[in-house]
Amino acid sequence: MTKSSSKINPYSAVGILAAQSLGEPGTQMTMRTFHYAGVAEHVPTGLPRLIEIVDAKKVPKKPIVEIKLKKKHSTKEKDAAKLASEMESVLLPETAIIQENLAKGKIMIKLRKEEAKLLGVKMDMVKESVKKTIGANKLEARGDTLSIKLKAEKEKPLKDLRKITTKLQKALVKGVSGIKRAVVIKNKGEYFIRASGSNIKDIIKMENVEPSQVYTNNIIEIEKTFGIEAARNAIVREMHNVMELQGLAVDIRHILLLADAMTADGKVKPIGRHGLSGEKAGVMGRAAFEETIKHLVHASITAEDDHLTGVTENIIVGQTIPIGTGRIKLGMKAAKPKKKAKSKPKK
Amino acid sequence: MEDIEKIIERIRFSLFSPEMVRELSAARVIIPDTYDDDGYPIDGGLMDSRLGVVDPGLRCKTCGGSVKECPGHFGHIDLVRPVIHVEFAKPIYDVMKATCPHCYRATIDNPSEKPPKGKCPHCKEKLPDLKYLKPTTFFRDGNSMLPTEIQDWVASVSDEELRRAGWNPEYARPEWGILSVLLVSSVKVRPSITLESGERSEDDLTHKLVDIIRINQKLEANINAGAPQLIIEDLWELLQYHITTYLNNETANIPPARHRSGRPLKTLAQRLKGKEGRFRYNLLGKRVNFSARTVISPDPKIRIDEVGVPHAIAKELTVPVNVTEWNIEMCKKYILSTDYPKAIYIIRPDGRKIRITEETRNEAAEELKIGSTIERQIIDGDVSIFNRQPSLHRVSMMAHEIKVLPGKTFRLNPTTTPPYNADFDGDEMNLHILQTPESQAEARLMMKVEDQIISPRHGHAIVKPQEDHVSATYFFTNDDSFFTKKEAADLMYIAGITNLPKPDKKELYSGKLLFSLLLPDDLSMKIDSKLGEQIVISKGKLKKGAIESRAIEKELLEKIFVKYGAKFTRKFIDDVTQMALKALSWHGFSVSMDSYTLSEQADKKVKAIEDKVKREIENLILQYKNGKLERSPGLTLRETLESSIMLATSRARNDAGKVVESDFGIGNPSIIMATIGARGSLLNAIQMSALVGQQAIRSKRPTRGYYRRVLPFYLRGQLTARERGFVFSSFRKGLDPDEFFLASMGGRESLVNTAIRTARSGYMQRRLIHALQDLVVEDNKEVKNGRNAVIQFTYGGDGNDPMFATSAKFFESVRQDDVDTV
Repeated sequence: MTKSSSKINPYSAVGILAAQSLGEPGTQMTMRTFHYAGVAEHVPTGLPRLIEIVDAKKVPKKPIVEIKLKKKHSTKEKDAAKLASEMESVLLPETAIIQENLAKGKIMIKLRKEEAKLLGVKMDMVKESVKKTIGANKLEARGDTLSIKLKAEKEKPLKDLRKITTKLQKALVKGVSGIKRAVVIKNKGEYFIRASGSNIKDIIKMENVEPSQVYTNNIIEIEKTFGIEAARNAIVREMHNVMELQGLAVDIRHILLLADAMTADGKVKPIGRHGLSGEKAGVMGRAAFEETIKHLVHASITAEDDHLTGVTENIIVGQTIPIGTGRIKLGMKAAKPKKKAKSKPKK
Repeated sequence: MEDIEKIIERIRFSLFSPEMVRELSAARVIIPDTYDDDGYPIDGGLMDSRLGVVDPGLRCKTCGGSVKECPGHFGHIDLVRPVIHVEFAKPIYDVMKATCPHCYRATIDNPSEKPPKGKCPHCKEKLPDLKYLKPTTFFRDGNSMLPTEIQDWVASVSDEELRRAGWNPEYARPEWGILSVLLVSSVKVRPSITLESGERSEDDLTHKLVDIIRINQKLEANINAGAPQLIIEDLWELLQYHITTYLNNETANIPPARHRSGRPLKTLAQRLKGKEGRFRYNLLGKRVNFSARTVISPDPKIRIDEVGVPHAIAKELTVPVNVTEWNIEMCKKYILSTDYPKAIYIIRPDGRKIRITEETRNEAAEELKIGSTIERQIIDGDVSIFNRQPSLHRVSMMAHEIKVLPGKTFRLNPTTTPPYNADFDGDEMNLHILQTPESQAEARLMMKVEDQIISPRHGHAIVKPQEDHVSATYFFTNDDSFFTKKEAADLMYIAGITNLPKPDKKELYSGKLLFSLLLPDDLSMKIDSKLGEQIVISKGKLKKGAIESRAIEKELLEKIFVKYGAKFTRKFIDDVTQMALKALSWHGFSVSMDSYTLSEQADKKVKAIEDKVKREIENLILQYKNGKLERSPGLTLRETLESSIMLATSRARNDAGKVVESDFGIGNPSIIMATIGARGSLLNAIQMSALVGQQAIRSKRPTRGYYRRVLPFYLRGQLTARERGFVFSSFRKGLDPDEFFLASMGGRESLVNTAIRTARSGYMQRRLIHALQDLVVEDNKEVKNGRNAVIQFTYGGDGNDPMFATSAKFFESVRQDDVDTV
């Protein structure tokens, strides 16, 4: 048979084809991790990353965000560097010493001058951040020291002091929350920023950032900020990157199909039992996959029908599957046979 | 004709009510025993002959059938006190939580006023404080509830209220989840096994049922004797335990019931669940007849769509052949034949199957009627499905034509090795003989190897020349490959070409000329070769360049497949590989120790490279210790040191590569193989001839081992090259003991990784398949899932088959009237 069209045949089992095409190279992948110099080490690629994408993890193991600058700033390294340093988050313990004084019911916050200078942190920034986290009323500033005093009668010193200190440990002094390291990278005469951690929502609000050119490997975050179509594209891009990096050729159509299946309901759904497989049409299909008893019990109390629309269900009852050549049905009217037009061929 | 095929449209799941159970039951089981002393089933016992028969010779008292005929019948046990079904405890709890125990109406929502806290919005009675303790204990205001109380409560909840909670009271009511009568499975489901010693061994389920009946009887006796409530409740709880474990022996917070030997019993839930459960093991996986399995070995001389089958196997496997007026004579010949291709069975039109024996042979042939079927041994040309596990993609199962050969192994053409991911180091493969005309036709039309030459994963060739084929084709199409008239004739004979063309270099025939004979006359293309030159084919003539692996698998085969079809491509692969191999066998191609020995100057250069890395690393360490090393962003000082050292070592290996490449030159067999993509890589050559290089554990230099050193060969605290896993020796020279251990560490890691990776990727693929298996392309190229929801409006955005998408460019040249009208 000469192939004369490049189009797909009707009733093709494209789902299985995609699953096999994405799963089969899994065995050939290396466990190597990727290294973004200065930003993050051991960023998963290959099989671990593939599983992460397919599982639709809330946060990837190593979130990375890439930020492009607005046109007029993108060619100036200075602007980019400035933005990068503005972005890097500095937590209170990094620039200040937090001391508890349980006896007096006081917390002292002292600026670490050297570190603060290096990170570009000033006293009023610290003050501001502390105010934000615990409220202004308990605060008292004196030079480079802040002190927080408890109201002696009302609060229990030990418990409440600790509460405040743990809060202070995470107080953001500067930068965008969640962004750890940001590095300026030059690519084709353009400067952009790559940072570890991701917080698109706050990043796109920053000045000089081109909001349409921010990308993160956190698919769920893309879904939340930009919507389902963007998330679909992110899945495609991330998957494609994994395959590319491993040097494995996989047709984009397989990835597109997977991404479309994962996002078809308007929400990114993982592939496993809590996602697509757990919501399949047939009871028996679900029971055959995982959590057999749970599905059977649920089906029986709701008197659920299995309409045998899937592959698994039909295999279980021993019928032809509704896919491929199994979809084609031939019927013949059992009417009277017409007189034979031609005589029987002789042997 | 045959029976009309019945098609199941849907299956409804529901619960049995106690009445339904009694109606269904063929026998009430009352005796906690199985067989009497004579070995006959006890009436009213667990092996009651009304529940079906498993012993040959006996007949079922319910349906009168024998072991083969009787499907088995349910029985029942009347429980003196009701017991909760573990799996329904949670749903029942949900019903109780949502209803009022006084008026039995839903406690949620109140149309008019805000419900008083903790009181029923309808009857204003106080709502109890309910607690559910897994698996089957309930508390009402701190007091444990008896199953009877629960039963009364949920039985009073109206159908409407249940419907609101998602139940379908017509088919399942919550009180049915509290068992007052226990359905006993038929004997067929739990047959007893007779051991060699003649001792009977009962099924796990039977054991469990014995326990249940015993406790049930004891409970009954105690109630009748008026025993104190405490004792009755204890026994009741024990009955609950036995029934819980009978249903699911892996219930949380309950010790599993065990066999005498200490092995946990396999009860109902365990029979269904998991990989070895009913669903995955028996319903989705089937054992088949008409199949064979043996070791595979290569045979480059059979066609790619053939499989060499050992004679011994061909004798065992059969195909049914319908006897028609056109083949009746042939069928008779098979029946009359006394050796190899002979018929073994005749299936007469009435369905009787008769074995052909010496005595019946002549008579059977005589009586053979049209409409019968004979089962004859497989012969050359029959279709089969050949498979290697793990079957990771569809090309792991392809249709091959049988070719019966002497020997004991399956033979397959090495070009079909990549789709199966097979090699010949002891791999075994399976062969299936198709038993119906439909399946045979389908296999022939769609599953043949020739139709799978292009992989649907990426659109490139997957059935392709391997190893020596590649080197052979390269030498064959080389600029200095010439053949005498006799040689040329010999080669062309392989491809079945009998017209000798004119020689193109005096008396000699160039390899390019002979190769061109295999190409279609109107094929023209330009390919960028791996060797940096351009391969030019114009009008079916190879004008320039030598064919290497990428040229053939990513360009030539694809285009030929698309333009000239599967059959032509199959023949092309067969002819090219066989002709080239023949030519290579005259030419000769091998590697020797010498191919991996560097010249003295090169050795010196390698030595210099080694010294350079050593010095570089020592320098870096010195800088690190002096605090002069500049910290890279995002790394600690120590990490900076390590990463710069790793850079230095990989630079050293690259430098060594350059030395090796230039010293060996392009004439060196190992370099040739690496560059044309036949086998091996430059790295292999480097490691064999120059140096093995840095060993890495988790992509870092090895650090762990002994106290402050990796191996006891070294001084403590050293960070230098060798002490941290740099292997200076080459494989040719041999590794020093310490280097051997270092190399073994790297080797171990990669072994462990492969083991973990296969398990993880296997599970991922199972999930992918399960999630996507119902997706199908409709007539209008829409993709729909099992619930008939649209996933894609046009498959892949353009409706292209991924198998042909990369070569879609080739379709432009296809004439319009060739386009499929399907």
